[in-house]
Amino acid sequence: MSARRLMWILRTVAMSALALALPSVLAGCGNAARLSGTSGIEPTEVVIASTTSTQDSGLFDVLIPAFEKAHPECVVKVIAVGTGEALALGRTKDADVLLVHAKTEEDEFVAAGFGVERSDVMYNDFVVVGPPTDPAGVRRATDLLSAIRALAAGRAPFVSRGDGSGTHKKELELWSAAGVTTPTPDARPWYDSAGQGMGEVLMIASNRRGYTLTDRATYLSMRAALDLAILREGDAELRNQYGVVVVAGARNQAGGQAFFDWILGEEGQRVIGGYGVEEYGRPLFIPNAK
Amino acid sequence: MRIYADAVIEGWRLLASGALDVWTIVLASLRVSGAATSIALLFGVPLGYWLGTRRSVARHVALVFANTGMGLPPVAVGLVVAMTLSRRGPLGDLGLLYSQTAMVIAQLIIATPVIVAVTAAAVSAVPRELRLQARSLGASPFHEMLLTVREARMGLVAAVAAGFGAIISEVGAVQMVGGNLAGETRVMTTAIVQFTRMGRYGHALALAAILVGIVLAVNVLLTAVQTSAERHEAGLR
Repeated sequence: MSARRLMWILRTVAMSALALALPSVLAGCGNAARLSGTSGIEPTEVVIASTTSTQDSGLFDVLIPAFEKAHPECVVKVIAVGTGEALALGRTKDADVLLVHAKTEEDEFVAAGFGVERSDVMYNDFVVVGPPTDPAGVRRATDLLSAIRALAAGRAPFVSRGDGSGTHKKELELWSAAGVTTPTPDARPWYDSAGQGMGEVLMIASNRRGYTLTDRATYLSMRAALDLAILREGDAELRNQYGVVVVAGARNQAGGQAFFDWILGEEGQRVIGGYGVEEYGRPLFIPNAK
Repeated sequence: MRIYADAVIEGWRLLASGALDVWTIVLASLRVSGAATSIALLFGVPLGYWLGTRRSVARHVALVFANTGMGLPPVAVGLVVAMTLSRRGPLGDLGLLYSQTAMVIAQLIIATPVIVAVTAAAVSAVPRELRLQARSLGASPFHEMLLTVREARMGLVAAVAAGFGAIISEVGAVQMVGGNLAGETRVMTTAIVQFTRMGRYGHALALAAILVGIVLAVNVLLTAVQTSAERHEAGLR
């Protein structure tokens, strides 16, 4: 094949791709009313920036298809990163809508003009897990902070994420609230700092017959492989609130707004509340949009 | 280019100020990989000698295994060692998973085939007549081996460098069986992965520079020994 012929083919392909893409850019996802009944229009992309824990829990595997069914003009792309990085993607307008869990920072994001609006959407919770025999006596503790102090007595290893993640920050908050000097592996032989993800940390805690703080979803999805039991749960301080934020001036702000309205609406909330019930006997996330 | 400049400056500042506790990490790396290489030599050199001197079908088959072993994916080794040592595995009662011992075991399995294959290649390059002559002069099999290995010593240096180089740079297996625990099983490679994931490029780069330095030093030593040997041989002719 000659070089000229190759160029011709490439150019034709490029032109047809452009021709297909153009009307969809003009139409824009999110304008469902205007589009209804129109055929032959390619859907546009909505970029959702969210956290790895939401992605790992498998929630998106049911949430996204349901949204795309309700809004056929939208195709969703999920970028799973840390909460901090998701907010950064919003600031650079690389995402249209955010689903993250750092309320204070989300409110600041909207106040600074980067976001149109923010709303509570759902929560899950952290739990303290450890060996079923509970050598540290966490189960016996009457309140959360004495449970944390029981861990600090050092009767069994505690495995920390140690990676600056949301879960790690929560753990540090709890030590501080319980009046325990932030443990370090050097000073406290019972304290391990893994610097890894939740799954690895749970495996390490299980094998070392130790304790850790985990989100319930990751623990439930792995529990068959772990010799760990939930020893403390349900305290208000262990709640992990998720919020949804529409990014102002994003490439597809209308699409972001469509996702925002849908997830806070009846159907979105129902999908969230139903996820995990079949497999774990209870939902992994509790919907709480107002 | 800012990203590189910032990381280099930060990395240097961390090393110079001693703010980053690199030496615990570097020492853990050297201790684990050093122990694994030493034990691998203990097994690998006699096996490599046997493979390099025998002329049989068994030798051929074993060599294929050793050469395959050189390409053994470290993550596969890590997986099998992690399963075996886990609390639910056959050796779980030893409680070895997430310890330096577990890391030595995994690295030993990775390094041994490399050392066997390189030793076999070096030993088979020693003229057969030398051994026949030694034997006719009444040398015991052990003496014969010492003599051959002495002749093939350059190859042995290569075997040490290849084995050590393969495992000190390895990350998958040590992450799986070591767990990257601070002050315990955190080695240079796993720490680099962690710092990169956390966006601390300066920290990661400082450690990467030390790792490259160590691998470079091993190879400088190796090349020096090799060239001095070549000069020695040239002088004999």
